[in-house]
Amino acid sequence: MSVTAPRLDYRHFLERRSFIEMGARERVRAVLDAGSMRELLGPFDRIKSPWLPLQGIVAQADDGVVLARGTLDGTPALVAAIESAYQGGSMGEVSGAKIAGALELACKEWEQGRPILPVLLFETGGVRLQEANLGLAAIAEIHAAIIALRRHVPVVGVIAGMVGCFGGMSLAAAMCSRLIVTRQARLGMNGPEVIEQEAGIEELDAMDRALIWSLIGGEQRRATGLADDLLEDDANTIAAAIRQAFLTAAVAPARSAQVERYAELLRRIDPKDPPDPQSLRTLWNPEAPA
Amino acid sequence: MSTDASPSRRGRIWFDALSAGGGMVATGLPSVCVADAPLGNATARFIAVVPDAHNRFPRARSGEVGLDEGWALARHVRAAISDDAKGWRRPLIAIVDVSSQAYGRREELLGIHLACAAAADAYASARLAGHPVIALLVGKAMSGAFLAHGYQANRIIALDSPEVMVHAMGKQAAARVTRTSVEKLEKLGEQFAPIAYDIRSYAKLGLLHKLIEGIAADAPTHTDIERVRAALVSAIADTRAGAPDLTSRLTSSAARETRAASVEVRRRLAEQWHGAHLGRS
Repeated sequence: MSVTAPRLDYRHFLERRSFIEMGARERVRAVLDAGSMRELLGPFDRIKSPWLPLQGIVAQADDGVVLARGTLDGTPALVAAIESAYQGGSMGEVSGAKIAGALELACKEWEQGRPILPVLLFETGGVRLQEANLGLAAIAEIHAAIIALRRHVPVVGVIAGMVGCFGGMSLAAAMCSRLIVTRQARLGMNGPEVIEQEAGIEELDAMDRALIWSLIGGEQRRATGLADDLLEDDANTIAAAIRQAFLTAAVAPARSAQVERYAELLRRIDPKDPPDPQSLRTLWNPEAPA
Repeated sequence: MSTDASPSRRGRIWFDALSAGGGMVATGLPSVCVADAPLGNATARFIAVVPDAHNRFPRARSGEVGLDEGWALARHVRAAISDDAKGWRRPLIAIVDVSSQAYGRREELLGIHLACAAAADAYASARLAGHPVIALLVGKAMSGAFLAHGYQANRIIALDSPEVMVHAMGKQAAARVTRTSVEKLEKLGEQFAPIAYDIRSYAKLGLLHKLIEGIAADAPTHTDIERVRAALVSAIADTRAGAPDLTSRLTSSAARETRAASVEVRRRLAEQWHGAHLGRS
């Protein structure tokens, strides 16, 4: 596993192309081989949420998910990216069906002997509450599709930030064969606001950003073995790591399938004396021999 | 804060009722009940998450799917997969009465998302391995807890009871996140089935295989239990006759109507997949 520390060279810093600042479409273009991107169900297809306009919300023509076929070093690939600028990257019926449907088709490709590399660029708060149960159902279908596809090929996930990856989609990230994060990324099941609402402000102050990143930020997730690669916010670095991930991921089962390993890590925890984020890094150090 | 006065006993009631005469499987966790018990002419594995007032994780004491629960579900589902790898695949029945995933900073730090993913992964893997997986909704089927325990089932069946609910988020939290009030949220639910919490609205979405009416959900009679058993047996037969994926959730007449967009997205995607229709849409 690799941890790439940000280099201090200012020229390198200036040459960086921030991946975080890119929209979903630009991210997909940055990941795929130059000139290979072909968008599926793009904005001109005008497949929008049927539910938002009924509630007085303007529906965007791609429902906040960009799907594209293209290549990664010449091999066919499918990239799905969630647009965080639209409805917080929330999963509605259409946006969810786009991701699930594309993964289902990728699975069919493999069943017919045609390789295709699947990449998911997460940036989502989870279910879009205006579509509630249809969003939740779509997320279950995304899970189903990832598990089915993973029998054929590693599924690579990226959480760049700044929204992060929450709710049911955090389970999708955990199901990926390999998960790439940046320091700006957050990966958690329950958003800080929801925890504060459900468990009280003494449990978690949703305004305390430093605390939140210390618990669920990309660096912490990598240091405790809940993510694979911690990268700087640079499009070229991330694109290269995705290509590399398909080579490395093939050897290990996905995290969510490693039941004994993680159940054992959890047994080391005493809830009466829970570790702080720093001591959890020692306790769960992914580099330590098992 | 959660407004529930006392944890639901529904999951326990139905687990006990359906697993009677079977063999309990030791889980080492009072909150995760597993039994292999007769169903129809064969044996099925019944699995429930139930409240445990002494749970070592305080935020998982009311029947939530917490860290230990997620990993225990994964282990006991995967145990069935490996035990049956060379022979007949036993059905797995997820008895669903889960108020939520466990909310807490400890849970987030320790990867509650991964624990729930492991459970969902195990159920999906069982389904793909040929185990009929049936979710029986007897109480709440909320959000991430339902994703972990039940939503990967081949078929979902539910008791028609006011306490049986499916939703993405508890009402108070959903109101806060969408910057509205609980009252307005409830009004919206009356208008739009996907936003509602009750099982009858959920049944309109086309995701439910069967809604079983007229069952005394809190104190089932012998007849009630036999009716639910029959519904499970029939759902298993339906599953064995079909594909191991979730396509039945898109093909029911209710789904074709309410989830028309889900069907349409897949149709258009398939059209564009190979590039033949490029520029023609």
